[in-house]
Amino acid sequence: MQTKTSKSALFPYVLWIALFVIAPIALVVYYSLLDIHGNFTLDNYKAFFTSVYLKMTLSSFWYAFLITFFTLLVSYPTAYFLTKTKYKQLWLLLIIIPSWINLLLKTYAFIGIFGLYGPLNAFIEVFGFDPKQMLFTDISFVFVSVYIFIPFMILPIFNSLDRLNPALIYAARDLGASAFTTFRRVILPLTMDGVKSGIQVVFIPALSLFMITRLIAGNRVITLGTAIEQQFLVTQNWGMGSTIAVFLILFMVIIMLITGQKKDKGGRVR
Amino acid sequence: MKKLSASARVYLAIVFIVLYAPIFYLIFYSFNSGGTMNSFESFTLEHYKAVFEDSRLLVILINTVIVALLSALISTIIGTLGAIGIVTVKDSKMRNTLLSLNNVLIVSPDVIIGASFLILFTMIGIKLGFASVLLAHVAFSVPIVVLMVLPKLLEMNKSLIDAALDLGATKKDVMMRVILPYIQPGIFAGFFLALTYSLDDFAVTFFVTGNGFSTLSVEIYSMARAGISLTVNAISGLVFFVTVIVVVGYYFITSRANKRTGGTQ
Amino acid sequence: MKQLIQATIAILVVSALLFYAADALSAGGGKSGKDTLTIFNWGEYIDPDLLKQFEKETGIHVIYETFDSNEAMMTKIQQGGTAYDIAVPSEYMIEKMKEENLLVPLDKTKIPNFKNIDPYFLDLPFDDDNKYSVPYFWGTVGVVYNPELVGNLDFSSWEDLWDPSLKRKVFLVDGAREVIGMGLNSLGYSLNSLNNEELREATDKLITMAPNVKAIIGDEITPLMVNNEASVALTWSGQAADMLSENEDLDFAVPKEGSNLWFDNMVIPKTSKNIDGAHAFINFMLKAESGAKNADYVGYSTPNIAAMQLMDKEVVSDQRFYPSEEQRKTLEVYKNLGPDYLGKYNELFLEFKMSIR
Repeated sequence: MQTKTSKSALFPYVLWIALFVIAPIALVVYYSLLDIHGNFTLDNYKAFFTSVYLKMTLSSFWYAFLITFFTLLVSYPTAYFLTKTKYKQLWLLLIIIPSWINLLLKTYAFIGIFGLYGPLNAFIEVFGFDPKQMLFTDISFVFVSVYIFIPFMILPIFNSLDRLNPALIYAARDLGASAFTTFRRVILPLTMDGVKSGIQVVFIPALSLFMITRLIAGNRVITLGTAIEQQFLVTQNWGMGSTIAVFLILFMVIIMLITGQKKDKGGRVR
Repeated sequence: MKKLSASARVYLAIVFIVLYAPIFYLIFYSFNSGGTMNSFESFTLEHYKAVFEDSRLLVILINTVIVALLSALISTIIGTLGAIGIVTVKDSKMRNTLLSLNNVLIVSPDVIIGASFLILFTMIGIKLGFASVLLAHVAFSVPIVVLMVLPKLLEMNKSLIDAALDLGATKKDVMMRVILPYIQPGIFAGFFLALTYSLDDFAVTFFVTGNGFSTLSVEIYSMARAGISLTVNAISGLVFFVTVIVVVGYYFITSRANKRTGGTQ
Repeated sequence: MKQLIQATIAILVVSALLFYAADALSAGGGKSGKDTLTIFNWGEYIDPDLLKQFEKETGIHVIYETFDSNEAMMTKIQQGGTAYDIAVPSEYMIEKMKEENLLVPLDKTKIPNFKNIDPYFLDLPFDDDNKYSVPYFWGTVGVVYNPELVGNLDFSSWEDLWDPSLKRKVFLVDGAREVIGMGLNSLGYSLNSLNNEELREATDKLITMAPNVKAIIGDEITPLMVNNEASVALTWSGQAADMLSENEDLDFAVPKEGSNLWFDNMVIPKTSKNIDGAHAFINFMLKAESGAKNADYVGYSTPNIAAMQLMDKEVVSDQRFYPSEEQRKTLEVYKNLGPDYLGKYNELFLEFKMSIR
């Protein structure tokens, strides 16, 4: 299939990469080597390896992991059940629609819903419990982040599940496999590509969350994104901001390599 | 089709309730005469009226939708072609490099994307406004399309292509009649996620817009300082209802057509 | 394949229709020149009626854009790309913009209503002699609190924020200068301090306050305080005014050790293509009627004495938002710290943020 047509199909995409990926990366790397006055320096990179930034990196990874884990946990069964409904494409779209309402608005809604004197706590009080502090906790932060990322995880998994040949499942059950084994040995491996896409599209952006860390976590959670936004906007220290960005890109590459596509054994490109 | 068990239905119901809770909260308060989302005073339609009287806000809303639709469309085309191209690359190192490059924009914080695009556009000399915003939205949506189309391409059984070629199909036929239909769910997934990215974006849009062009997100974020007026709730409510109606309507029309042509699934 | 083509066509058709609708709705293009004026302002910071009034009186078409942070605004102006005629930066940003030669000097002969401004607010260090800017709104940084939830504390002193009874009950705004400045003020130092020891002391003291901090947030602080999500908040007087108008239980105080006096001023950026129109707009906004109407709508404190005569007596004599001259002596205006110290303040702030668990 490696022909002239497929090469020319690649053209607009390659152009996009050159303009909007390589050029910005070059810019970012260039700026990372400048200090706040515009002189060349490696100080930014040195500064990254201090405890503040290393703690931040660990914190970012930890939360990104939690968010991705819970998103996957919620999304997979949802996607699975959706494929079994009668109007699955419709339900799928209905799942995505809430994500089209502006994030800040939804956050204000959550502030209302989760508030100390909000409807959720009022509901809990009916059952005799004390109002709980829901906003500005780790839990609410992960919850809202998962909320935001769900459509991104459900879609690729749904697509994978949808194409799954039910005959394979029947065959496994016929051969005596339990539901769990069937899932582990048949369904999961065959939908792995969808799962991997979902993970990439959730974990990687979760590393640099900024808006939600402020809006929901009240800056009790600090990610690399917090630092970057601060450097770029407030301190106008594009140098340090770019340095952190460079590291983010490096982390992304590493994650890609870990979750990426494996080479097929022979013949066809996999 | 196997029917859903009761527990499965409950699970889905919970997921839907949670997903829609904030939306209904917003719409609930759009009818509030109180002016904020803090306490409900009395029912009123004044905010909906205000939407139609505020031509600036309406224009912003329309601009937002146009940018979202077009950027999603264009990025879906570029992304789909890109995904097809990537899959045909034989050298795995090259492929991984392309994939890594693809994902750079997904991992980059919006501020950096916005700032670097702004520099880029100013260097090239693109005037800030609709064009720059559209370009920027296309740019950051392409990777997600690729990531949605790619799994479908990888799942595809290559023997389908071989069979088609054997039966005398031209390369164009293979593309139009074998590959594209197979990856269609991926294409639609990519399109809808691109829409989401575009509608939700604030930071990048803010940096690359100008000359009076604005989107709903930029408007809303700017309002936050002094309080978001309920007119925004009303607009969101309207958009929401229109979207649901369009989606449901479109679905039933096309499923009628599909029923007639039969087929599995 | 057919579905794809159908979908594509549908999208293009809808887009075209919407495009015509938008065109019909907007009363003119985004061209700049003699008969348009592009204004760049904070969100919800002007009465839209005033814009319409200005358009009617002068025939100039107004294009209005908003921003949510000074820095983002400056980046946009620096890059060019849009011919902003008017911008409304905060005082420290004006200093920066002056240094970067981003401002057009004002021609006072075109702004006769300049005399309406309280002289106290003129000739300030960030723009001596008001060569480049005219005050728009002003305010302070202080403490909003709910007296019913904080016992005897009245926040006449910053020390009240450290009171152990406030565990996890305090909101802080997400601003390095506001928070570190407050730390400095509580120790009796200037909030423009460039002294490393003072800064270290202030940060360490702030870290002892960390257990009281519930969250460090942005503009969403307003609905949160209105909902009594926290009992105390360190915030700007403008937002305090918004909160108080929605939640009658709340009160606002500016501690006696000193605090920040902030300004948002109108300037004409170098990008302007309609300098005459810009002057006309500034003069229009300085009218007593415009100032009063705007202050009523936005709710912040106006520097326009003539406007204050037209406003509700209760509002302009409220010492919390229109502090007396005596009180104003303890207030300091932010000076530009320079890039190094700006960086340092933010680093310390980041350190403080990470100490909140």
